Amino acid sequence: MGNAGILIEIENNTIKETSLGVMTAAAGQEIYALVLGSDAADYKDKLAEYGASKIVSITAKDDFSSSPDLQAEAIAATIKEYNFETLLGTASSTGKDLFARIGAIIDEPLVSDCVEVNIAEKQVKKSHFSGKTLATLKVNGDVLLCTIRPNSIEPVAAPAAGEVIEFSSDAADPKLIKITETKKGGKGKLDLTEAPIVITGGRAIKAAENYKMLEECAEKLGAAVGASRAAVDAGFAPHSMQVGQTGKTVSPKLYIACGVSGAVQHFAGMKTSKVIVAINEDKDAPIFSKCDYGIVGDIFDVVPVLTEKL
Amino acid sequence: MKICVCVKHVPDTAATIKLAGDNGFEDSEIKFVSNPYDDYGVEEAVSLCEKDGGEVVIVTVGKKAASATIRSAMAMGAHRAILVKTEGQFLDSDLTAKALKAAMEQDGLPDMIFTGKGSVDTESFQTQYRLAKSLSMPVVNEVSTLTVNGGKAIAERETGGGERQVIEMSLPCVVGATKGLNEPRYPKFPDIMKAKKKEIKEIELSDLGIDASNGKVVIEKLEAVPERSGANMLEGSVDAQMTELVRILKEDEKVL
Repeated sequence: MGNAGILIEIENNTIKETSLGVMTAAAGQEIYALVLGSDAADYKDKLAEYGASKIVSITAKDDFSSSPDLQAEAIAATIKEYNFETLLGTASSTGKDLFARIGAIIDEPLVSDCVEVNIAEKQVKKSHFSGKTLATLKVNGDVLLCTIRPNSIEPVAAPAAGEVIEFSSDAADPKLIKITETKKGGKGKLDLTEAPIVITGGRAIKAAENYKMLEECAEKLGAAVGASRAAVDAGFAPHSMQVGQTGKTVSPKLYIACGVSGAVQHFAGMKTSKVIVAINEDKDAPIFSKCDYGIVGDIFDVVPVLTEKL
Repeated sequence: MKICVCVKHVPDTAATIKLAGDNGFEDSEIKFVSNPYDDYGVEEAVSLCEKDGGEVVIVTVGKKAASATIRSAMAMGAHRAILVKTEGQFLDSDLTAKALKAAMEQDGLPDMIFTGKGSVDTESFQTQYRLAKSLSMPVVNEVSTLTVNGGKAIAERETGGGERQVIEMSLPCVVGATKGLNEPRYPKFPDIMKAKKKEIKEIELSDLGIDASNGKVVIEKLEAVPERSGANMLEGSVDAQMTELVRILKEDEKVL
């Protein structure tokens, strides 16, 4: 059994569900949950419940809140400090960014967006060619550095000691980039790439205000709302909601496509979803040939009934 | 201003990937295109140079056939290109970054480097970071808004849930482009013709002192992911269909 560092992401004072799944991916290792900032103790109970032997509160001598480079330096420094053989995180936009910086700092190979990790064999599985193929990669480095695709590993409770320790990095900020402002997104909006359920509106949504219908359904489902490229290009939704190539790749347990025709580029962003449901007026829409459950009907008739039944 | 844009030659998303051997694919019959995210980088570089003057150089690491993809970037307005030629289908991110760095150093380092936010073939999302680190340049990825002024760049990136970070850096820097940054132009016929005469300098990977067999990430196996074959179509009234759907999602699929 080796030591594994797991980068825990926290949002609105809550541990992201996807971070718990990443701890499960390292089951069998001595797990160190890594929390950026000095308040790691606040998360002790949950992290211990999901397998953390140690919980490391990471700080640096300089404030790192506006420097992703310094955050990466501080996380990278824990590898030597605690003899990590493995360092895992979530393939969220923050996780992908930090891990790519860490990989470059320590000059070790990194594999992104993995759906399976075999720590003993230093082997991972991940999508290549937008979900059309699954690649098995062997990683020949001193440290196994991976980000895990959200929702690919179900969190499993595995109670451990959860001892809180503090680590302060003395790395200096290279001062190359600086976050000068963070513009908030919609209030309480779930992140598409990490949401367990996604409901998407395509061109058939007809107008921006009609997304309200999907939002009502999403609220009951605990889902994030997405849009197809056609809907984004028509100005019905912002690009941040786009699912598919040139938008976001999502891999939820349930994907509901409402009025989406099902172009190859759309599938490139959601085909690894566990269950795909499509609602479309056109019984010959391409989406019906590659989904699990199909409903032929007008989304404005069907979606409100679905919301009511949930 | 000199701007380098890293462009990758990748299979078109619409292409069917036919596997060949344990860890390769049939690449002679299918259509290749420039990595879709790289197009935003090409467009941004070309518009910056149209505004302030300068030169756009495409730098590609790939097989000989990648020259077709390079020509399409040249038709968008890039001035010349460097192709670092590889034999194999895959080169890991670390070696790709080393090859890009060596080619750029040989040509003279640029004031800015654009890449796409990631490539749609191996989906590794890191080459730009390794390149930036090796050149001690700042890097910001997934950039959808950019202002360049007086040696400074201000970039915006989305970080999930619609939240956006505004990030400042000095030139020279590396920018990973994504949708929203601009609308890549469709080249017109005269531009396509002109692009045929532009210079593509070819360099062998080994001439840059890089051994393709030294990759630290090795593809052991590629497997096709089975396609779903036709939906289970629900029937009956809308009410009955939705009752059945909720039952299926709860009881059969256990996703609710």
